[in-house]
This record gives sequence, C-alpha cells and structure tokens, in this order.
Amino acid sequence: MSQASEAVIDRDIDRHNMQVSSTDVAIEIINMNKWFGDFHVLRDINLRVMSGERIVIAGPSGSGKSTLIRCINRLEEHQKGQLIVQGTELTSDLKRVDEVRREVGMVFQHFNLFPHLTILQNLTLAPIWVRGVPKAQAEEMAMMYLERVKIPEQAQKFPGQLSGGQQQRVAIARSLCMSPKIMLFDEPTSALDPEMVKEVLEVMISLAESGMTMICVTHEMGFARQVANRVIFMDQGQIIEQNEPEAFFSNPQHERTKLFLSQILH
Amino acid sequence: MSETAYVRTEMVPSLPAPSRSSGFVAWLRKNLFASVGDTLLTLVGAAFLIWAIPPLYSFFIGNAVPPGGTVEQCRVESVGACWAYIAARVNFFIYGFYPISEYWRPNTVFALGALLLIPLLWPRIPFKRLNALLFFVVFPVVVYVLLNGGMFGLRPVPTEQWGGLLVTLIISLVGIICSIPLGILLALGRQSKLPIIKTLCVLFIELWRAVPLITVLFMASIMLPLFMPQGMTVDKLLRALVGVTLFSSAYMAEVIRGGLQAIGRGQYEAGASLGLNYWQRMGFIVLPQALKHVIPGIVNNFISLFKDTSLVSIVGIFDLLNTIQAATADINWAAPTQAVTGYVFAAAVYWVFCFSMSRYSLYMERRLNTGHKR
Repeated sequence: MSQASEAVIDRDIDRHNMQVSSTDVAIEIINMNKWFGDFHVLRDINLRVMSGERIVIAGPSGSGKSTLIRCINRLEEHQKGQLIVQGTELTSDLKRVDEVRREVGMVFQHFNLFPHLTILQNLTLAPIWVRGVPKAQAEEMAMMYLERVKIPEQAQKFPGQLSGGQQQRVAIARSLCMSPKIMLFDEPTSALDPEMVKEVLEVMISLAESGMTMICVTHEMGFARQVANRVIFMDQGQIIEQNEPEAFFSNPQHERTKLFLSQILH
Repeated sequence: MSETAYVRTEMVPSLPAPSRSSGFVAWLRKNLFASVGDTLLTLVGAAFLIWAIPPLYSFFIGNAVPPGGTVEQCRVESVGACWAYIAARVNFFIYGFYPISEYWRPNTVFALGALLLIPLLWPRIPFKRLNALLFFVVFPVVVYVLLNGGMFGLRPVPTEQWGGLLVTLIISLVGIICSIPLGILLALGRQSKLPIIKTLCVLFIELWRAVPLITVLFMASIMLPLFMPQGMTVDKLLRALVGVTLFSSAYMAEVIRGGLQAIGRGQYEAGASLGLNYWQRMGFIVLPQALKHVIPGIVNNFISLFKDTSLVSIVGIFDLLNTIQAATADINWAAPTQAVTGYVFAAAVYWVFCFSMSRYSLYMERRLNTGHKR
C-alpha cells in the first residue's frame, strides 16, 4: 500500500493558471491536536494553505497524514486548537460543518462511489439535494465533468461495472460537481492497479492546471515533484519538515525525512 | 535460448465450453443413482412416498366429501376431509360476525386492496408515487369508513363483529406497513450518537423483544383499561393493532440494524463529504443499500408476523383461526373430521399467503440483484 512509485508524467505541465494567492487564505490550522482515545494522533499542527496551493503530504503509515486532511472537512473532530476553512471555523456546530463540506471536495482511497446508483446519479445527487440545482442542469454539469475525466460513455453504468481507475475518476468528477474551492485527496491511487495510476494522476494534474487548491496525501513522488508547490513530511502526528519539492527531495534536512526518502526512492 | 525463456507467438482464441452429458438417463444417474449411498436414499425416499401418498390421497380427495355434500355424508365411518363443511361455513371464516347484508363492504375492501396492491408490487407498472399515496394514505381511511360505517348512511358495524380472514389481513397489513418505518427509526436511533435517543431506542427494543406477544396482547386488552380513566375505552382491535405493530417494529429494528452494519464507513463519509445532511445520507445512500441486504430477514419477519396474528384470538378477537376454532363447536356439522378439516383449511390459507410473500421476496431479491443466489 505504501509503495512509492514514480509514475511517468510524460507531458509538460501548463503552469499558466497555477498561481498561489498571497492574500487569500484557504485553510488556517493553528495548534491543532487530536486524540484517538488516549492516542495522541495529531500534535501541534500549524499550517496555512493559500488559495491555489498544491500541497502533497507524505510520511510513513500511521503518521497522521490521512487524519489531518480528514479533519479539514471534519470527518474527524479535532479536540484542541483552531481549524478555519474558507473563513469558517470548524466547531461542533453542524451548520458550519455542512457549510465547509459544501466547499471542500474529497477523494478517497477506496473511491466510495454509491454502488446502488448509476454514475450519473452518483454525480447529480449532491448538486440536486445540497445545492438545489434543477435535475436537467445537474445532469448537464455532470456530463461536462465526466467528459473532463474522459468517461462520458459510462454515465448510465453502475460503479461495479467500471475499472478501479475509472471509478476513481468518477469520484473526482463527483466532487467537482459540487464546485468545491478546495480538493482533498486521501491516497487516491493507492488502491489502484499500476496500469491505472496514470489515468488518475492525469486527471489530478489537469485539475491542478485549472488552479484548484489541492491537498494530496499520496506516495506518488513524481506527482509531488512536478505538480506540488509544497511538500509536507509528517511522522508521529507532527509536521517534521516542509519545503518546495525541489529542495525537499534534493536536500532533506531532518534525519527522519532522509531515512524516509532513502527508503522509498531508489 | 535458455530452457526457461519462452515467447508466445499466437494467442489462444476463446473456445466454447465442452458440452455436458445430457438426457434423461444421464440426469437419473447424476441426481438419483450417483453412488451406492445415493441409490439407497432414492429407494428409501420412493418407499416413503409409496407409503404416504395413498392415505393422504384418500383423506383429502378419495374419501373426502366435496363441497356441496351433506353432513350425513361426513358422518360415515372412515370418511375423509369434510370439504362440504368448509364450503358451508366459508363466509364465517372470511367475514366473522359481520352482518350478512353488509358483506359487500368487506368485499369492496378486498377488491380495492387487491386493485391497489398488485400494481404497487409490480415494478413495471407506472405511477408508483400516486399508487403508494392511494394505498398507504387513502385506502386505510376508506377501509375504516367502509367497514366501521356510521357515516354516509352506512350502518355502523362495531369492530367486535369484524372477524375471520378480514381481521387477520387487517392486523397483518397494518403490522407490516407500520413496523417498517418504526423499525427504521428505531434502528437509526440505536446507532445515534445522541445518548438520550440511543438509550430510548435500546430500551424500547429490548423491552418489546424480551416480552412474549401474548403478554403484550394481554396487557393491551386487560391491563390497559385498568389504567384508563373511567368511561374511556380504546377499541379492542385497535389495541391489538398497536400491540402487534410495536412488537414487530422492535424485531424489524434489529433486522434493519444488521443491514446498516453491513454498509461500510466509506459510504457515510462519501455522503458527508459531499455536504449531504444526516437524513439525506440515510435516505439516499445508506438505507437503500441496507434494506436491500436484509430483504430476506424483513420478509421473514412479515411471515412470522402474519402467523402470529392468530394469537389475538386469546384476547377475544375472531381472526381466521379463531373463527375456525369457534366453528368446530357447530353441532349442525358435527362429524369425525370436522375439526381436522377446519385446521387443514386454516393451515392452507396461512400457507398460501406466507408462500406468496416468500416467492415475491425472492423475485424482488433477484430483481435488485442481491441476496442469496439460489
């Protein structure tokens, strides 16, 4: 699962729209702590994500990287510190939680498509019921996003009839249908056959090219190198090191980072 | 080239599977006489059928008195089933003590019910929403007004006079239809993070599940009036309806909870991350999948509820079984096989309804492409 690979990204990346805002804060995390029972899983996390940033979070399993991004749309609750997403602080107030979730898309390792609904229904469910978009309009938008992830011909099928790579692309399209401001990726390629990793990364790259704010937990170091503007390395629930990808890979500072990189890159 | 190196030059095309040996003899050999043990079992089975079928045949058909026969024919020694008795009393078994001149009212209810239920169960027929509205909302009101009377110039018929199959069907349908939503709410409540709701649901389920239905019915019909203010009564049939419904909803809740647990956390999370609220997540994502998983368990509950309605006889309601039981005291038809024939008839009626439910649920499972493959 935690096998790192350098999937070939064989095209130049169009950096025209990939601009990081210097004033517009997307996510602000201040001294955040979280426990699972007695286990201190996130410790003093401080992180500011500006609009348009593409952040890759790396680290060994159990380092808390998934938990961190799951806190951002409150699939997990933090117990201490502050977490502010698009200007809304996440508290136990359910209204605010829903507000944040509407603006933050998430892609899961195991896709989590709704197996009893067609692809098109998977895509239109939330826009229709959360945003109140009329059905015809929601379907039109869904088809547009399916075309963007290059599988419009699958619209009437059920998730079980699609390959893993196709399912993950549908999952990305499903999130995009809610027009999110931020996209979270929780190991989006880890459950895929090697042959399908590339098609999903391709979609993620084009999303980055469109200027989306992205936080990706991934072992795809090739993606981190070429697409991310910042790489964060976590261990034992803490941010150990962060840097621009170039410097992060060529000149890691912390011992733990060096060890990690030496083990996953050959 | 070394020994291990190999390069395929031609791909193997896909071929049809080899044809199986077929024909009647092959079938016999495969299914009945495959081994010594199988042969022995086949012979024992055949011997059992030869032993059992003739007496059954002569009881039910050969020596039986067909409908239209007389009571004298039924009083002959070694007579079979007395179908004449069933035919003569069948109205009592269907309507109980409902006034004969008003039989058209239950008949209308039966016809209307079938007319609304069949298209509802038939997936290909359109207008499901309207159909459901008519069946679940309008129909019960019509049934009440029609059967109870006292309105629109209809002669009032108190529920004490309702009986037979009519009452069995009313109790089962109300129990089945009301216990599903109640069961869903209880199952969801039991999984709730809110401690008060959770405790209430757990208490309710555990209380009702731990008490025999007979006790519930006794409590409802004998104890409840003691706690009521003087002069205030609740209809006996209504009390039984409420008792059966609540009892069955506790069972339903546990079956549905089983289905909820089969749904992975990822489904809840995917719904949440899209901004769907709790009821939307449950209604669109979790419940459709969970209920599909537990169709066999739900139908199992329906069937057992349908048969359990016969317990209302102990609080003096004349359901199908109780009317049949009561009719055995009819000396006009006193005959050696009178009671047995009555019970066989009751068993057959229950069986027809339960078996239909079972077949329908299998059909539904296959349609929804889930559950056990037979």
